[in-house]
Amino acid sequence: MHADEAAADRSPKAAGHTPQAPTDGNRGAHATAAFAGLATEPGVAKPDPILVVDNVVRRFGGLTAVDVEHVEIQRGSITALIGPNGAGKTTFFNQLTGFDSADAGQWTFNGRRINGLAAHKIARIGMVRTFQLTKALSKLTVLENMRLGAQKQIGESFLRALIPSLWRDQEDEITQRAEELLTRFKLDAKRGDFAGSLSGGQRKLLEMARALMVGPELVMLDEPMAGVNPALTQSLLGHVKDLREQGMTVLFVEHDMDMVRDISDWVVVMAQGQVIAEGPPGTIMSDTRVVDAYLGAHHDTPLSAEEEERQLAEAEAELEAKAAQEPGPDSPETDATAQEGAGR
Amino acid sequence: MDWTLIISRAAEAGIGTETVIYALAAIGLNVHFGYTGLLNFGQAAFLAVGAYAIAVTVSTFGLPFFLGVAIGLALAIVLALLLGIPTLRLRADYLAIVTIAAAEIVRLVVRAVALRDTFGGTDGLQGFSDSFYSLNPYPAGQYELGSIIGFDHRTMWVLTVGWVLVAISCFLIYLLMKSPWGRVLKAIREDEDAVRSLGKNVFSYKMQSLMIGGVIGSLAGFIFALSRAAVQPDLFSTELTFYAYTVLILGGAARILGPVVGAAIFWALLVLITTGLEEAVRAGVITFITTNQVGAIRFMLVGLGLMLLLIFRPQGIFGDKREIALDAR
Repeated sequence: MHADEAAADRSPKAAGHTPQAPTDGNRGAHATAAFAGLATEPGVAKPDPILVVDNVVRRFGGLTAVDVEHVEIQRGSITALIGPNGAGKTTFFNQLTGFDSADAGQWTFNGRRINGLAAHKIARIGMVRTFQLTKALSKLTVLENMRLGAQKQIGESFLRALIPSLWRDQEDEITQRAEELLTRFKLDAKRGDFAGSLSGGQRKLLEMARALMVGPELVMLDEPMAGVNPALTQSLLGHVKDLREQGMTVLFVEHDMDMVRDISDWVVVMAQGQVIAEGPPGTIMSDTRVVDAYLGAHHDTPLSAEEEERQLAEAEAELEAKAAQEPGPDSPETDATAQEGAGR
Repeated sequence: MDWTLIISRAAEAGIGTETVIYALAAIGLNVHFGYTGLLNFGQAAFLAVGAYAIAVTVSTFGLPFFLGVAIGLALAIVLALLLGIPTLRLRADYLAIVTIAAAEIVRLVVRAVALRDTFGGTDGLQGFSDSFYSLNPYPAGQYELGSIIGFDHRTMWVLTVGWVLVAISCFLIYLLMKSPWGRVLKAIREDEDAVRSLGKNVFSYKMQSLMIGGVIGSLAGFIFALSRAAVQPDLFSTELTFYAYTVLILGGAARILGPVVGAAIFWALLVLITTGLEEAVRAGVITFITTNQVGAIRFMLVGLGLMLLLIFRPQGIFGDKREIALDAR
């Protein structure tokens, strides 16, 4: 119960009312300073971690999608989680937020163990996520989407919902907070429209704004820039930096390296389910472990024309042999191979 | 052809007991399907529970009528729990499968030979509605409403209670769906993971929705039992649920008055076509069918009408066209 109260206490901060929140970009410099001199080894200890993850494992049959030994997320910073396709980033994300179960491991948020906690309870204690495929609630208006995010609503209990005078004041308060956020995210003109009528980029903005209505301490963004046009990307980037300015911690999954370099204070790299490196954004991409994970360990060995032809012929022969053996693309064996391939 | 008869029969059906029963059943379904997105294909079970609760309490055990009503409401909640606990955490289609099976289980249990002493087998139960009709304030006789509609005093009493229940249910749904509680329900219909990520206990809300819709369904069961002064198991087949869905979609899902208008139109239209065809056959206007065949043909025509409706007005009578446009994106 007191976790709920804590969430409520935090909500004004999320709306940007906290007086001590500096607005001059101090926090960015402060966050960078916190990482100074840290080793770039996976699982390196941070000075003030908000989220500490230990030995988290997720297996899908024979495939180990996630196997993270130790990771800490620094409070008040923007941490990027990157990695090649199929590295297990989203699965890891889902586990941390309670949307997927873990086969083993534990993790703490503000020192409180939250593994095994239901997704809605994790959101209530201040760890709120967005989704890779945006989940705008299409047939609700933009404003209703926003209002939904507010916590501890009196009118959300069945019996009290029947007496509007009990919740009307709170609803007005929530609406005001929602309108402020909508203005900040430049969605105020759309407030009465169905969320389903928004463009892809606007939905991303709405989802982020809606997450802020919860009053989170840690915002987890799953590919916030996927499918967003370049003009809007800049605005989204600004909003993510804004979160840090307001005292929130951001952890996000992203593919776009330019973006990661631009806004993150620290980068965690995953490959094949494991954290293989950590480090500041400026140098992490020249780390050999990262380069190997992205491009393959032998990417820089020269390849002669004869060798290339030989490899091609081999691959084709293999494919033909396979096609002759297997009746159709739906056979379970092919499926298993495809899944495994995706895992790598 | 007697046009007055055709029109008056249709008008009577439009406000009659069938309309009340299906309106209530569809209001319950509207909470499930229209607002929360729960595919409940077992609404007939909730009606059966309501109807049999009164019948068994009064005729089998000789207990007071209002105790039967209370038991019916309580059992509707129990049934919702039984259906919901195993299925609501799973994907939506599991609920559809489980509810359709549960409705058949309820029907087969009450018609079972082994339980004949309690539920009356295929013959059902009678003689439980006396205390209800003893409260009837209408003196015996025929009551004319307007110039063409008329009901006897018993039907008048059932209709009065029935329409009051419809009005109360609609008002309840109106209050709920205006509130933050209703907002959570509608959001769950759109995407439950998003709702979960915003700190709402989705399972609990789905369960509440299933209970409220089920309780309103059991009200329909009360009226069903009382209007006939009898219950039979085969009245609660899956057909009833599918008609209730038809009524709901006809009127417009996720609209307060959608189920009520849908039920009125459905029954008025069905009776209009039946009586119209019968009269036409009798008057020799239509010669290629007999009055016995009208019963089957009316459903063909109603089916055709519904298809045309879904093609030209997919959102139903009250629906919002903008919402359908969103689905096409």
